[in-house]
Amino acid sequence: MRKLLFLLKKEFRQIRRNPFMARAIIMVPLLQMLILVPAITFEIKRVDLAVTDNDHTPASRELIARLTGSSFFSVSDTPRSYAEAEELLLAGDAEIVLIIPEGFSAGFRGVTRPQLQVLADAVNATNAQLAWSYLSSVVRDYNRDIILSGGNAPSSVPGITASPRFWYNPTLNYKYYMLPGVLVILITAIGLLMAGLNLVREKEIGTIEQINVTPVMKWQLIASKVIPFFIIGLLDLALGLIVGWIAFDIPFEGSLFLFFGCAAIFLIAVLGLALFFSTMASTQQQFLFVAFFFVMIFVLMSGIFTPSESMPQWAQQFNHVNPVAHLMKINRMVMLKGSGFGDIAASIAALSLLAISFIALAITAYRKRA
Amino acid sequence: MAAAEAYNVTHRFGNLTAVDNVSFSIGEGELFGFIGPDGSGKTTLFRIAATLVIPSDGRMTLFGLDTVRDYKELRNHIGYMPGRFSLYQDLTVQENLDFYATIFGTTIKENYHLIEPIYKQIEPFRKRLAGKLSGGMKQKLALSCALIHKPKILILDEPTTGVDAVSRTEFWEMLSGLKAEGITIIVSTPYMDEALRCDRIALIQSGKIMGIDTPDNIRKSYTKRLYAVRHPEKYKLLLALRSLPLALSCEPFGDSVHITLPEGTRPDDIISILNTAGLPDASITEIIAGIEDVFLELMKRES
Repeated sequence: MRKLLFLLKKEFRQIRRNPFMARAIIMVPLLQMLILVPAITFEIKRVDLAVTDNDHTPASRELIARLTGSSFFSVSDTPRSYAEAEELLLAGDAEIVLIIPEGFSAGFRGVTRPQLQVLADAVNATNAQLAWSYLSSVVRDYNRDIILSGGNAPSSVPGITASPRFWYNPTLNYKYYMLPGVLVILITAIGLLMAGLNLVREKEIGTIEQINVTPVMKWQLIASKVIPFFIIGLLDLALGLIVGWIAFDIPFEGSLFLFFGCAAIFLIAVLGLALFFSTMASTQQQFLFVAFFFVMIFVLMSGIFTPSESMPQWAQQFNHVNPVAHLMKINRMVMLKGSGFGDIAASIAALSLLAISFIALAITAYRKRA
Repeated sequence: MAAAEAYNVTHRFGNLTAVDNVSFSIGEGELFGFIGPDGSGKTTLFRIAATLVIPSDGRMTLFGLDTVRDYKELRNHIGYMPGRFSLYQDLTVQENLDFYATIFGTTIKENYHLIEPIYKQIEPFRKRLAGKLSGGMKQKLALSCALIHKPKILILDEPTTGVDAVSRTEFWEMLSGLKAEGITIIVSTPYMDEALRCDRIALIQSGKIMGIDTPDNIRKSYTKRLYAVRHPEKYKLLLALRSLPLALSCEPFGDSVHITLPEGTRPDDIISILNTAGLPDASITEIIAGIEDVFLELMKRES
């Protein structure tokens, strides 16, 4: 045990002395929180809308006014013909085009059926979908008002009004959704990359050779490499949380103890992986490539951007062994929903199982190779 | 009891046999040198001795303890200096020494007498980062760290490679001092001149030991008469000698060419031949064979 203490002392001394490490430990959480959280959002604002009004009636102008009245659309152009409108779409100057045909308002008097045409740029499918659904809801509202103003009694139009309330995030603030996820990315980076690089560095420089001839046991060496980054990971998590709290006024409904407990299990799992990868690499470059590959997969599949429940079956199966996915879920539930131990017990169990497996895998690989 | 014994040690990397059926016995307190060119298997052999590599075949013991089975116990008694500087470059001189002392469960104070003659020379720089030391100082620090736990045996893999001539001489003097303390030292070097400082040497080539003896006996094993031929135009001289059917062997050395002659040929014959070949003022003297002459001779015999 005393030997481990000396090893740890050396490890912390080196971390403190490494100007890059010392800075990264402070700056990474600050920058990640301050940049990623506000930057990543699915809220769509100011969609460029082009309107071709071939009707030129008060009714068509009323519809355009309703669209421009929302902060969602900004009318970028008013092409005079279909051909012109199409050109705008092709040039990327408009993301969605609304064409009001001649005789649009005449339709209200029952002569013809009133029609509208919408063209949407679906290079970004999410964007196009959202713009379309917003536009159609404006048209629907307008439609209803016309029916009402036409003298029909409200009761004769059986309209269903659904009034939504968004639980756990009433204002649909994307920052609340992203922040717990960004915290997971933060400690993944610290746990997997920093710890692994530190281990491989000893191999690359050759210092491990000298240590191996001493009576230091393998487990002591491994522990001396893992413990500092375990502590740094938790400290950085706290730092990230404080930044989120000060800068974004993030709600924290659940138990802090549970939150950090889960993060600790997660860190053990990630550190196990770092250790495992480091046995396969003999240079920091090799390690970085392997680690980067897995971090990308873990993060993108974890459900940070898109709900993992809507991923294909095989992807959901994969997420059982994806520690990032588990903690992503736990963090959101604990932070936003205030879930207790009982609610997330399954995820905790899965995470613990992963932690044990990864550490076991790493130790076996380490015994064989190093 | 022998300090180190190898029994038919063989180590293979894939198809390459780095150490080929090597056996030797090194006595306690001996300063034993392994002499051989780069890639001759010295480092692998030393790593086996340092408990870092499990040999493919055969076994090695240090003080009767097996390097594979008893590695845990052995690591308390080995001082190992790898060929590459392997201390922490981002720790200071003192921190490195302190670190190695503590993980061996000792203190600098306890064994200071052992490292004093060496450490004293770098002590003024004890606050300097190890990475910022000169080659000679790094080597002294590495030796201090390898000694701080009072090992019974020192395994030094090419400790003088890449070190200036003055530091090399100093280093060998330090080793003599340590030998006087009763520490067994195994050292490898590609420099033939350093071999003379060892009690016994093993000549190693392509993983095989070609001979083990004291440096003197090794030199005496060279039975032929050896001559050094000198001329200012060294390259021309070498070409001229090589074209001679008379010379049995002909190897270029620093400022001369060493040749052996068949029975009945006199050195004067060579001079007159060189004269006619357009190399007048050549000189020839009989010399005592050096380690390198023996080495080259053995290498030729092997192939």
